[in-house]
Amino acid sequence: MKKFILKRLLISVVLLFFVSMIIYTIMRCMPTSYVEQQAMALSTKPGAKSYSEWVEQLNAQYGLDTGVIQGYFKWASKAIRLDFGDSWYWNQPVLQKFGSVIWYSFALGLVTFILEIIIAIPAGVSAARRQYSATDYTVTVIALIGISLPSFFFATILKYVLSVKLGWLDLYGIVGRFHESYSSTGKILDMARHMIMPVITLTVVSVGSLMRYTRTNMLEVLNADYIRTARAKGLSEDRVVNYHAFRNTLIPIVTLLGGSLPGLFSGAMITETLFQIPGIGYTSYQCVVQGDIPFVMFYMVFMAVLILLGNLIADILYAVVDPRVRVN
Amino acid sequence: MSEEKKNEVKKEEMHLDDANRVRVLSPGMMVLKRFLRNRLAIVGMVIIIAMFLFAFVGGALYPYSESKVFYKTEQALKDFAGATVIDQFQFQTADGVTLPSDINSKALIAVSKKKYVFQTRDGQMIGMSPAAEDSDIFLIYSLEPAQVFLKGNKEFDAAVEAGRADFEQDGKVYMFDGEDFKADVYEATELAVASKRSFTGYSKDTKFSYEFYKNALIAVATGVTSFDADGTNYTVNEEGLVEANGEGYAVVSNMNFNAIDPGTFLDPAYKAAALEAFEAQGNSGSFEYADAEGNSVEYRFEKKTGQYTIKKFQETRLIDIYAAPSKAHPVGTDANGMDLLARLMYGGRISLLIGFVVVFIEVFIGMVIGGVAGFFGGWVDNLLMRLVDVVYCIPAMPLYLILGSIMDYYQASPRARIYLLCVVMAVIGWVGIARIVRGQILSLREQEFMVAAEALGISTYRRIFKHLIPNVIPQLIVFASMGLGEVILSEASLSFLGLGIKYPAASWGSIINAVNDSYVMTNYLFVWLPAGTFILLTVLAFNFIGDGLRDAFDPKMKR
Repeated sequence: MKKFILKRLLISVVLLFFVSMIIYTIMRCMPTSYVEQQAMALSTKPGAKSYSEWVEQLNAQYGLDTGVIQGYFKWASKAIRLDFGDSWYWNQPVLQKFGSVIWYSFALGLVTFILEIIIAIPAGVSAARRQYSATDYTVTVIALIGISLPSFFFATILKYVLSVKLGWLDLYGIVGRFHESYSSTGKILDMARHMIMPVITLTVVSVGSLMRYTRTNMLEVLNADYIRTARAKGLSEDRVVNYHAFRNTLIPIVTLLGGSLPGLFSGAMITETLFQIPGIGYTSYQCVVQGDIPFVMFYMVFMAVLILLGNLIADILYAVVDPRVRVN
Repeated sequence: MSEEKKNEVKKEEMHLDDANRVRVLSPGMMVLKRFLRNRLAIVGMVIIIAMFLFAFVGGALYPYSESKVFYKTEQALKDFAGATVIDQFQFQTADGVTLPSDINSKALIAVSKKKYVFQTRDGQMIGMSPAAEDSDIFLIYSLEPAQVFLKGNKEFDAAVEAGRADFEQDGKVYMFDGEDFKADVYEATELAVASKRSFTGYSKDTKFSYEFYKNALIAVATGVTSFDADGTNYTVNEEGLVEANGEGYAVVSNMNFNAIDPGTFLDPAYKAAALEAFEAQGNSGSFEYADAEGNSVEYRFEKKTGQYTIKKFQETRLIDIYAAPSKAHPVGTDANGMDLLARLMYGGRISLLIGFVVVFIEVFIGMVIGGVAGFFGGWVDNLLMRLVDVVYCIPAMPLYLILGSIMDYYQASPRARIYLLCVVMAVIGWVGIARIVRGQILSLREQEFMVAAEALGISTYRRIFKHLIPNVIPQLIVFASMGLGEVILSEASLSFLGLGIKYPAASWGSIINAVNDSYVMTNYLFVWLPAGTFILLTVLAFNFIGDGLRDAFDPKMKR
């Protein structure tokens, strides 16, 4: 087991090396409009150097004057020591900015994750219990609608209904207008209120795939021989489904959920941007638009790490949860 | 008993060699039959066919193109002219006379002090004589010192009595500075006439002579209704309308009119009508005046800080933005005044096209790489799968955003953006298919029919593409139909963020983009709701079909 994990870890590191290299190359293709803007602003100051001189100096300062390969190794050698430089747009170290925004995304992700599990698994199981029944069709249609809903469209509908028509919630932001005047509990409640629409959006958009996954696996398990045996033994249908079948369905589900745990930190770029929740998604969206290379670079690599980590966890869990899987 | 009879009847109906009895459905027909039995899949098929008809046939039949801009005309109250009370002296000079440059200010001072004899900066003595008592119309004289006896001079005494500074004697005009007989006396020569009036001729190129000016102004000042000038007799009424031989000749008014449009000529009758309205209605009101074609046009005026502004309803041509759904535009128009239904149709073409192109490329790359990796195994498999892992790790959404901003920077044309978007999405998306194909081929490779194929000496190429790949096709079709929906969704998200398809090309996502303006979101539901619904329906339909296909291909399903 240890050997397996170690091997997977090593492969992950190698993959990360290549992924970050590709990302770095793409980032270097990015128009450095930020540098040019800065240079333009600086060169208009009285007694300043010319525009081209400023561009040169800023490029050197931001490490953009070297070749791509050289630049990458320069970046990587710093990144290994967890030094991702300063964000240009936010004017503070990347990690500091990251630390201040990630918890909004995590809270959003966690609540959505829990809601998803609570809704999707029972719905998926009950759909599989009576295949092609009305329940099954309803669950299938709802799940597919959720999968097919563009998040921005659903978010817009929510905004239109809940905040424009009914006026219950604010359109944007994480805090209300009177946030500062609330007590500390009130502040948390205020933030929670602002999280309602993003959470609904994310849940509806993502609950479908887990529902379908549960249903498919449950169907597979229900068709297995040992379920027939259990029924033949004369066990009640509830016991067959909830005890024998469900526990076996849990294997792939736990693997899937475990693999998506790192994803709780990845933020939701479109949803956060739409509701202007200052999480990692919205922050990096702004950075991409502004051409803030250090932050975007960090964000992309962070996402890659999360994906690799997710795969690793899924693989390990698969072996841990199911004793039948033997690891060579 | 009856049971047996029934069985007998059945036996009679079916014989062993009966064609009906041995008819067996081919696997393809079985799949089709199972698929057609799936109601959701049928709904999906209907939606997709409807969408295709809407986008491709509808776009061809609909009269408008995606980038046609519509205009509307609107009656808007617009400034037409301004009128100001003249508060500076206007000097009409006799022929060949040039007045000193500071005459205006000196004259104003002289009038306010009632000291009608003064010296200008260049040393010239100037005198002013009101044309009538308390009138603001003055005759301007040039003065030369003269010797006239004032003591006991009747004309002088009368002038002092009347508060004037001029008198006439022996056919000459004299002016004096002082009130008793010791005053300085000057002989006066007429230079000009000063007034706070303006003259407008009935025809554009009427030129007025000095005599006309002078006599007209004197007539206005003294309240006389007729005067002679240049051998013609004119009449002038209280409104300042000057007529010659019963026809309008000119208007004398204390207002200056300026049309907003410099090409407009405001004729005297119009001015007379306006002046009458100003007089009668005070600070604001309206009057009517016939235009060149004889139609009566309403003008409204308003007085603010001594200035009248005249407004008129004028037709203006505006881009018809956010027009509500109507007969001409069944879904309304968007922010650029383009017909939304046309944009939905052409946008649908692009959305569907991108979906198919991307999925086609994805399937192609995925099948080749997955097929090669699965068939050869070993280090080839290892290498290719690590490549898959690397691509899988690249976060797609930020990458699209970055590429979008790169395209913005290089100002790629809308067409180029669409093609590039397709390629990039395919290059990111093929890994899922490669994994499926590889996994499927790994298991198929070990089966007997492959051993047989190898034993028969069939070439590697044929073994992969003729014997293995067809067995993967069912999974591929399912994946592709669901992938279509996914691709349409991500294209829509990108266009929604403004980084995918750009104006003037349309896609469903870029149409919804308008909701980023919350005013549009709140007030123009018809702009974003149809496009969003279309995306939802299309993606949903592809998912229904994919789901139906999966069930249909799966022989374990109990249908």
